[in-house]
Amino acid sequence: MAERTQKQKPTTGRTEETVTDGAPVAPQGEKLKAELDDLLDEIDEVLETNAEDFVKNYVQKGGE
Amino acid sequence: MAIAKVCGIETEYGIVVRGAESNPVAASSVLINAYVSGLSRKVGWDFEDEHPANDARGFTYEEVFAPEVDTQLVNAVLTNGARYYVDHAHPEISTPECRTALEVVRWDRAAEEIVRSSMERARRLLGDGSEIVTYKNNSDGKGNSYGCHENYLMDRATPFGRIVNQITSHFVTRQVFCGAGKVGCEFPNTSSTAVPYQLSQRADFFEEEVGLETTLKRPIVNTRDEPHCDPQKYRRLHVIVGDANMAEVSTYLKVGTTSILLAMIEDDALGTDLGLANPVAAIRQISHDPTLTRTVLLRDGKKVTALELQWALLERATKYERSHGLDPVGEAVGADILAKWEIVLAGLESDRASVAHWVDWVAKQRLVDGFAARHEVKPGDAKLKALDLQYHDLRADKCLASRMGLTTLIDEADVRSAMTEPPETTRAYFRGKCLQRWPNDIVAANWDSLVFDIGRDPLRRVPMMEPLRGTAEHVSQLLDECETAAQLLARLGS
Repeated sequence: MAERTQKQKPTTGRTEETVTDGAPVAPQGEKLKAELDDLLDEIDEVLETNAEDFVKNYVQKGGE
Repeated sequence: MAIAKVCGIETEYGIVVRGAESNPVAASSVLINAYVSGLSRKVGWDFEDEHPANDARGFTYEEVFAPEVDTQLVNAVLTNGARYYVDHAHPEISTPECRTALEVVRWDRAAEEIVRSSMERARRLLGDGSEIVTYKNNSDGKGNSYGCHENYLMDRATPFGRIVNQITSHFVTRQVFCGAGKVGCEFPNTSSTAVPYQLSQRADFFEEEVGLETTLKRPIVNTRDEPHCDPQKYRRLHVIVGDANMAEVSTYLKVGTTSILLAMIEDDALGTDLGLANPVAAIRQISHDPTLTRTVLLRDGKKVTALELQWALLERATKYERSHGLDPVGEAVGADILAKWEIVLAGLESDRASVAHWVDWVAKQRLVDGFAARHEVKPGDAKLKALDLQYHDLRADKCLASRMGLTTLIDEADVRSAMTEPPETTRAYFRGKCLQRWPNDIVAANWDSLVFDIGRDPLRRVPMMEPLRGTAEHVSQLLDECETAAQLLARLGS
């Protein structure tokens, strides 16, 4: 997998130690999944009723 | 030695009116007026020292460059030291000057709440059921983009060419952790079927490596040379290449990593060997590849992924911390940025879901993919673009980002207090506190001065040419000892 080959860094000096330290933070994986499921359950109430019109009418002038 | 990376963010919000006819300029004015009319006294912006046409490369464009701001439009300065105004056809807030990335997150969140509060006040003011709605995003999906700009204080002695040469690789690749995500594609002649989802709102709009423009032919490195402080000592690097973030950690990492790398460039500690062969193509290629596996070409002929380039930057930043320390960005915040930078890269590389609460484009992608799977919606369906827009919707009952479990860094109470209180760590403290204490005696304000009218001729301008003078440490006692603005001016000897 590409993810594995990416472990070959183009530069030297990144030690094993930092690789270990870089392990993902205690993932809120389960919590996130539950939150996403809850959101998808209720999304019909939250979503704009006519997605087509909502998207079409969102027109901005360029800024900056 | 690198100087303190005083920094801030300017955000232009998307705006629509529901239930009434209105143009966006008028709507932006109504929105901002609804907010500032509720304040005790509105203090206007002073344009005396604005020079948006000065180019860092050493020339000026006055003849060919239209004024950036129409002085007739609403333009207010707030007691938290921020500026709230109509820019083109958008409401915009510039945060006060901050000392660290964490402070930027706090005052950027406060700006969001000010806009939310403005929407509510405008709704009550309009009273006809119509509603002004704002979005913290950067594109309408139809080829129109508006900005979220960062600003960093730089030492004038650092050659501008070195900054351009060395920061570009970060500006092209940092989107892996601070892209806000976008459904579809706005790059000419590229269909949304080819690019159904991408990392960045803005990548489709960059056409040059370096330049003065912000609205056409946008450059990755912007050359506007308008320091808003002592121009002999400082420059302000005006960064137009970022997305507006809903995720606090994205904002934090965006500003924090950039601050560290800019300090390294001042100390000539970053190196020249990570330059990209074709940054303009690379920023788009990286944005268009949510698998993060596509490689881009370095100037020396090596091919690297965006993550590999980010790992190399992080490794050098870590060495820099050991050799130089991180005082220019705040030691504690700097160390935390390095730690989170490593966690986010590792997560993006091997466990994408583990950073979904930190990174906007990952959170939005999960939402879009989850919705598409559950409802069997195909790429290109308007419902998916609607999800994208609503992720950034600032109405509490419509905002999707706020329902995604994003990690917060700032307590709600600190966000609320930052709506009216300035940072204590920069000259914004002096500006904000004077506006709190003596709003009726201040006729105008801008980044580097306050103009007082204490009833005697002439008006008194108090210059603030040093971004780190006028902090709480410097002036809180002085301000406490003054009953009136006249006493303050006498004490300042102006």
